[in-house]
Amino acid sequence: MNMRSISLAIVGVLAASPTFAQGDVNVYTYRETKLVEPLFAAFTKETGIKVNVISASSGLEQRIRTEGANSPADVLLTVDISRLEDATQNGITAPLNSKVVEQTVPAAYRDPEGHWAAVAMRARIVYASKERVKQTAMTYEELADPKWKGKICIRSGQHMYNNALFAAMITKHGEAKAEEWLKGLKANLAQKPSGGDRETARDIAAGKCDIGIANTYYWALMNDKEEQRKPWAEATKVILPSFQGGGTHVNVSGVALVKTAPNKANAMKFIEWMVSPQAQQMHADLTYEYPMRAGVPINKTIASYGELKRDPMPLAQIAANRKKASEMVDKVGFDN
Amino acid sequence: MAHPAATAVLIGVATFVLAPLASLVLIALIGDTGLWPHLVAHVLPNAAINTFALLAGVAVIAAVTGVGTAWIVTAYEFPGRSALVWLLPLPLAFPTYIVAYVYVDLLDGFGPVQTTLRALFGFRSAADYWFPNVRSLGGAIFVMGFVLYPYVYLATRAMFQTQSASLIEMARSLGASRWPLARDITLPLARPAIAAGLALALLEALNDIGASEYLGVQTMTLSIFSTWLNRSSLPGAAQIACVMLIAIAGLIALERYGRRRQAFTGIDRHPGIARRIALAGSKRWLAAAACLAPVALGFLVPLTYLAHQVIVRGLLLGFDSILFRHTMSTVTIAACATLLTLTLGFGVALALRLVRRRFAQACVFIAGLGYAVPGTVLALGLLAPLVAIDEAINAVTRCLAGVNIGLVLAGSSAAVVIAYTVRFLAIATGFAQAGLARISTELDDAARTIGTKPAGVIWSIQLPLMRPALWGAALLVFVDCLKELPATLLLRPLNVETLSTYIYQFATRGDFEEGSLAALIIVLVGIIPVIRMVRYADEAVQNAAIGRISA
Repeated sequence: MNMRSISLAIVGVLAASPTFAQGDVNVYTYRETKLVEPLFAAFTKETGIKVNVISASSGLEQRIRTEGANSPADVLLTVDISRLEDATQNGITAPLNSKVVEQTVPAAYRDPEGHWAAVAMRARIVYASKERVKQTAMTYEELADPKWKGKICIRSGQHMYNNALFAAMITKHGEAKAEEWLKGLKANLAQKPSGGDRETARDIAAGKCDIGIANTYYWALMNDKEEQRKPWAEATKVILPSFQGGGTHVNVSGVALVKTAPNKANAMKFIEWMVSPQAQQMHADLTYEYPMRAGVPINKTIASYGELKRDPMPLAQIAANRKKASEMVDKVGFDN
Repeated sequence: MAHPAATAVLIGVATFVLAPLASLVLIALIGDTGLWPHLVAHVLPNAAINTFALLAGVAVIAAVTGVGTAWIVTAYEFPGRSALVWLLPLPLAFPTYIVAYVYVDLLDGFGPVQTTLRALFGFRSAADYWFPNVRSLGGAIFVMGFVLYPYVYLATRAMFQTQSASLIEMARSLGASRWPLARDITLPLARPAIAAGLALALLEALNDIGASEYLGVQTMTLSIFSTWLNRSSLPGAAQIACVMLIAIAGLIALERYGRRRQAFTGIDRHPGIARRIALAGSKRWLAAAACLAPVALGFLVPLTYLAHQVIVRGLLLGFDSILFRHTMSTVTIAACATLLTLTLGFGVALALRLVRRRFAQACVFIAGLGYAVPGTVLALGLLAPLVAIDEAINAVTRCLAGVNIGLVLAGSSAAVVIAYTVRFLAIATGFAQAGLARISTELDDAARTIGTKPAGVIWSIQLPLMRPALWGAALLVFVDCLKELPATLLLRPLNVETLSTYIYQFATRGDFEEGSLAALIIVLVGIIPVIRMVRYADEAVQNAAIGRISA
């Protein structure tokens, strides 16, 4: 490469213009680009609006907030309720005011003030050894039962998926009882919390533990799409637990409209398209999540887990207890 | 003022690094301190112990491996030496968390190693026997130690290579045996290099999030993240980061203070390598094995694993124009950042030589602080100053042309380049100072007496003599930029991916193997400068040796 082409390349990358044409929508997302690319492509095909993306694992709310009035961000597309709440609290969102969204997404899965809405759901459930666990149903409360001593695997208690589950437990039973429960769960762990949800299945398959806590889509992905990990899925079965007198703990992927969105009209088109039958069907098949829109069929493998009875608790109430849940994890030394 | 230009360089670069740190301090100050009782009671004691144990363990592995191998390849001749010289730095090309994933996959209950063991000995499950758990503090020390030792190796080898041959050979001729020679001469002389390399390795270990979380080690850096994300307190997180920064700065200052009276300029007038001793018998194989082991653990095992995944998953078919574009962006951004980092780093070191004041030393010290802050935190701190500059630019364009041109810095790859520069400046200043320290100031003075201007001294004397240091710094900075993740994730503009962020999207999904090809491309891109640099350094040393003989 000569100096000329090098300098051209440098100018090309550095000058990647921060502002895009009117026919665009700029999405800041916590979802992995590769995973949701087909969704974006379908949106562009249908509307002619180009989707520009930044994906990250944390800090996007802060970035949008700091970028201020000049921020190119139109839409924040996230996984987990925590991020949606943080965005709202950072004051970077605007109410959606969308009839389409209100009619499609049940009230428990929308911000009461309209600042965010869920586009898909996942549940935090139990993977269990086919060989060593005969039970086919259980409650979350039961995870603290000493009968599971040394038999449970889980990832870090500070991970957002567990944080939300623990926060839900606080919302259900109050702080004192939830802490007892968390201590009981800690006492039942086979090993220090580590790895991810797939490792939980692997550890069960390897005999390190009998049951583990994980999200719904991992088992299905391992079973359907990941040949090398199929043995982990084959050694485990899926149980949809419920809260005593309630249902299964559900978390969401969601969207919010950025207050300073330069392409507001396109952003709303994008958000409403995300809950359209087509996009909802793509969610079910691509990300193996539960669709928000009634009547859209659930992915076959996910459906084979049994009928999901969602706990009726509004997500906003769970999100309100996140900080307490996080401190409780520290207090009982859950990750130590 | 004696040297206004040099003073301006020093202040400019210090401000450049201080801006994001100051904005971090501001974030820390706006929050209340209500989190601290909880942190002190339940988080910090455990996190501090884990962090200390992790760093101590990594320090031992990195120092023993880095110094040991650097010494063996410099002092002895044995089979495979010439290949090992450039293989030894290569673990650096792997992102640490990828190596953590690889080892968990290989050694965990369901991995090939334990599956084979079970089949061999007829165990039914992993609960029937004991096997060291990779997902542990020990595992984290192992992984980070063998990925990060090259920092020590590279710094120390450069020092050993140019260590005064006459001193060592004199000691040898006086009958000093190997250990006293190492203890009394070689190691003390190499101490600044060892300290510099070790500091880089430990700061890198300290900044890690991916590997620690995956392996279940609750470090200080992880507690910054749970404070920020789960307790929704960015100010709280910034407060912990500031406290850590103060602690690190204190440690670095203490180390410098510890060797304040050591100056070795005099002995470097005849740089050159002592003859390598040819090893015979079983000793040659021992030497080869000792150097091969870290290469195998830190490089060959993960390399083989990733190559295997690329084949099994047919990932080569996935090398499309998109991945090519990501490769080009990665290399371009890394190259720009390397250029800027070296310019500023060497500029500061040269300026310090002219302005020998305490304030100048403080500026150089500040210039190195970017490395002591976790990447994401640094990126968050950098956003505000960048946006402020952008807003000033927009105010001007509004006045002149009535248009807003948007986020020129914060919204383009310039943000990433600047973040890399702030972060890796410590490497450049460190190498530059080490390189300059071996150029006698008498040389400068001699040039000045015959009327050469300071700029002339820099161009005609110092820069040519510093070439090995320049190459070393360029290599480390470039490879570090190639694999930098946290700041890149947060600061890159719309639609831009680097190889590292591309791999990460698979890793967050728990399917990092899909990113194997991109990881191999990083290694491939990284190998080229490694080989070049090692060759170049060898040639430079040989030339110096030949020059001495013919003189």
